[in-house]
Amino acid sequence: MANLIERQRYILDYTVSALLRRKGKNSSLLLVYTLIVFVLSSVIFFTHALKKEAELVLKDGPEIVVQRTMTGRNQPVPLAWAESIRKISGVMAVRPRLWGYVYDTLLKANFTLMVPAENQPEQGSIDVGSGVARAYGASTGDMIAFAGHDGEHRIFTVRNIIDSESQLLTSDLVLLSELDYRDFSGIAAGQASDLVLRVRNPKEYSTVAKKITRMYPDSRPIVRTEIQRTYDAVFSWRSGLIVLIFSASALAFVIFAWDKASGLSAEERREIGILKAVGWETSDVMLMKFWEGVAVSLTAFLAGTVLAYAHVFFASSALFMPVLKGWSTLYPSFRLTPFVDFGQVATLFLFSVVPYTITTVIPAWRAATIDPDAVMR
Amino acid sequence: MLLRSSNIYLGATALLIMVLGGLFLYSTWTVQSSRPVFARNAALAGQLELTDLCLFTEASYTRHLSLTDLSTPFQDLPMSLEHFPSGSLVGPPPHLVRTYGKSD
Repeated sequence: MANLIERQRYILDYTVSALLRRKGKNSSLLLVYTLIVFVLSSVIFFTHALKKEAELVLKDGPEIVVQRTMTGRNQPVPLAWAESIRKISGVMAVRPRLWGYVYDTLLKANFTLMVPAENQPEQGSIDVGSGVARAYGASTGDMIAFAGHDGEHRIFTVRNIIDSESQLLTSDLVLLSELDYRDFSGIAAGQASDLVLRVRNPKEYSTVAKKITRMYPDSRPIVRTEIQRTYDAVFSWRSGLIVLIFSASALAFVIFAWDKASGLSAEERREIGILKAVGWETSDVMLMKFWEGVAVSLTAFLAGTVLAYAHVFFASSALFMPVLKGWSTLYPSFRLTPFVDFGQVATLFLFSVVPYTITTVIPAWRAATIDPDAVMR
Repeated sequence: MLLRSSNIYLGATALLIMVLGGLFLYSTWTVQSSRPVFARNAALAGQLELTDLCLFTEASYTRHLSLTDLSTPFQDLPMSLEHFPSGSLVGPPPHLVRTYGKSD
């Protein structure tokens, strides 16, 4: 056993020395490889943490939201709908919701206005998210003005700043009273932005949604399961830009592996020939190449994953920020909780270490089985 | 003692494995200790009837991803292409594609 370990150590000694002999080539290889793993791991860590966070904090959100559309556009919902929907069996409560957006032309920022069901601010005052407070440099007691539907500015006093630990949910929120919202938005007294339903049994969500659509063909019910599935789907690896990042990284890796698999350089072939001539067995050469593959790919995997972890969870995904922020003036400065999907990390390990090691061994096996004299010539 | 090349490699690899293992342990600990924060945020989302995370505030259809529809991204004019960067970062929610996608 000790001999076996010592043999592996000697081969590893040789492999590391051989890698260091071609320092420039191998360090650039390691750098590119680490970068590919870093990008892939960063995307995996970021999207998984975001999906988990959404799953945990949105689990008590509205059970069914009923909106109204007219030729694809959202319209206010008549309050009379609430009365008839409440009569559907299984529906426990219907609450008209008032909410919308306001754009500040000076800050070039969008805010979400909302009337809370409970603890509404008194008329003339507002509760704001930490992002809004940051954008205006406002604190409790300060005044903020927004231009209403008629172009007239309404001045509000900041009653409270919502705790920054919830800024991933509330960063751009402005909570105000119903009277202020109606005056500000110009929405008619008999209308609401949408309806929020409480349903007795979660199994009845789809039945209730169907009944509402039959009752009001221009309605658009959205059930809680759909809301919860949204973040799982929009940040899945198949969606949007993420698929592009994945494709680019996968393509880089394929080119990389192909370059390796397509053959050895003349120098490497000569080295194998010399090793065979001085008495190395084919199995020794293959073992050496195996260690070479492992040394490069495992180091790249470990370094790439550690760097990606630090990037996403300690540096708040700083490199993704320009893409994530887009044109948003207001952006929550959140630090994601490090939810790690070990299955995904294991998959990344399998896809980054194993193929590279195999593609290193196969051409070496071809060279090692040829007569040393022919290889050296 | 002469430092062998394999020792340097094995030492560096062991260090990286320990760092990664340490980070994963830190994850488990942080997730556990963040449970009360998630509970508070979930209660707040329930109380305010929030449906979405505040990730992209540049456009209404990316601010409220779960409530978005297929026509809002093209609302400027019928031939207008969706132009907010976050619109290309995330895909449409699955219920939207399922409900309207076939007739789109």
